[in-house]
Amino acid sequence: MISLRSFRDPILVVLSLVAMWQVLHQLAGDSALTAPAPTLAHLWQMVWQPRFLPHLRETALAFGQALLIACVGGVAIGVLLGGHRLSGEVAEPLLVGLYSIPKITLYPVILLLFGLGMPAKVAFGALHGIIPVVLFTMNAVRNVNRTYLRAGRAMRLTPWQTGWFVLVPATLPEIFSGLRIGFSLTLLGTMLGELFASQRGLGFLLMTAIDLHDVKTILAIAIFISIFAVTLNSVMLAVDRRLRRRTAHDPGSRP
Amino acid sequence: MSKVAWIRIAIVAGGIGLLEVACRSGLVPPTMVIAPSLMVSAMAGLLASGDLAPDIAQTFSSVGIAIVLSIVGGFTIGFGLHWFPPLRRAFDPFLAAYYAIPHFAFYPLLIVIFGLGSLPLIVLATLFAMVAMIVATLAGLDRIPRVLLKTAQVHRLSPFEEMWRIRLPAAGPHLFSGIKLAVAYSFIGVIAGEFILSTMGVGHEIAYAYDNFDNPRMYGLILFVLAVVTAFNMLVYAYERHLAKRRGA
Repeated sequence: MISLRSFRDPILVVLSLVAMWQVLHQLAGDSALTAPAPTLAHLWQMVWQPRFLPHLRETALAFGQALLIACVGGVAIGVLLGGHRLSGEVAEPLLVGLYSIPKITLYPVILLLFGLGMPAKVAFGALHGIIPVVLFTMNAVRNVNRTYLRAGRAMRLTPWQTGWFVLVPATLPEIFSGLRIGFSLTLLGTMLGELFASQRGLGFLLMTAIDLHDVKTILAIAIFISIFAVTLNSVMLAVDRRLRRRTAHDPGSRP
Repeated sequence: MSKVAWIRIAIVAGGIGLLEVACRSGLVPPTMVIAPSLMVSAMAGLLASGDLAPDIAQTFSSVGIAIVLSIVGGFTIGFGLHWFPPLRRAFDPFLAAYYAIPHFAFYPLLIVIFGLGSLPLIVLATLFAMVAMIVATLAGLDRIPRVLLKTAQVHRLSPFEEMWRIRLPAAGPHLFSGIKLAVAYSFIGVIAGEFILSTMGVGHEIAYAYDNFDNPRMYGLILFVLAVVTAFNMLVYAYERHLAKRRGA
């Protein structure tokens, strides 16, 4: 399953990105873009500083809560909308419209409603993440093969058994894709929330670094967040592919 | 209009009506949310006064440039990657992970490189929007039925004609969803960047009004942005429906 080959391409991409970074640094100079090695060294040093930890904890806490709300709330709403046909049809265009507007313009409203601080960041992150989770879950529930449900009835499954043995396995791959996208968007929303009017967190560190013209710190934090996001995303992508392959092999899944 | 559409309108109108009542009765203080009717009149006042014209012009020209750059660039890059599979294999993991990165974390860096102005905003929005177009172009070109390409060979079409008459129309729906995303992402990129840190533009004006506790102005501006973006998205959606109908879908 896991071969050296599957690691080759990502490693090549990372190497070429670092090379490109180095070339850009040579072109632009230290005041615009610091070189890879010193920046990464700076990042390493920064992570172990005691004053970095509270900011990291603040961001992680905001992101974690927002993600929890987006996932649990999104799946619950999605199941309801998917199960009830009419409300799903009514809600879908509204959700798609909400998905494609620049939600950052709503951030001041959220700040007024929740006040400055953690709750506003959590609400804003959750607002970003919840919509794709709802949309994907709704579609997954809608598209459950009717034959499975009939088979479940024929075997006299209780509603709980139907849920656990039929609905969950049938909808899991699609819902997981929604959760993966929701994860990325929640992170984006939380970061956006921190970049504007916050007193703690990684976004706050970024904004203070602009004021100090501290390119090394800006780059280090941006890279840190990106590494976190990309690593988790690729793990989830791998799980996603495995889930989909499993359903694709299942001969009964063909309608 | 269908029953579903009526219910949808009723829900939206009911929500706005409830908010109006809640605000007018003092249940929701005006320091939090102002009544929707006041938002509309604030927006009308702002637009009529004309002092927003330079900001609106700035924001929309940045968004326009970003849209054009991301669509043209995204299509070209997507086409190139499709043409040259080894390059594509190398870039695939990069494309898959791209939207996991919170791009706005790089906005401060762009400000340092390009200075404070519309240039870093355009770069940010283009970076944000272009990859959606690349992915859509690849998806479109991948899914062209082989029989169409064989038909092109039978008719001895030149490469250019094959491109124009077969490949582009066949990839059309995917290209269109790429364009839709590129438009939405360009708006998000520019306005979010303006909001975080800039000296001009509609996003900046919203942040400025928020900082000055000027709620009528802030809500008027927010309503304006949301109305414009929603109208634009609906236009694109209607055009897509029109194309799909012509195809007989």
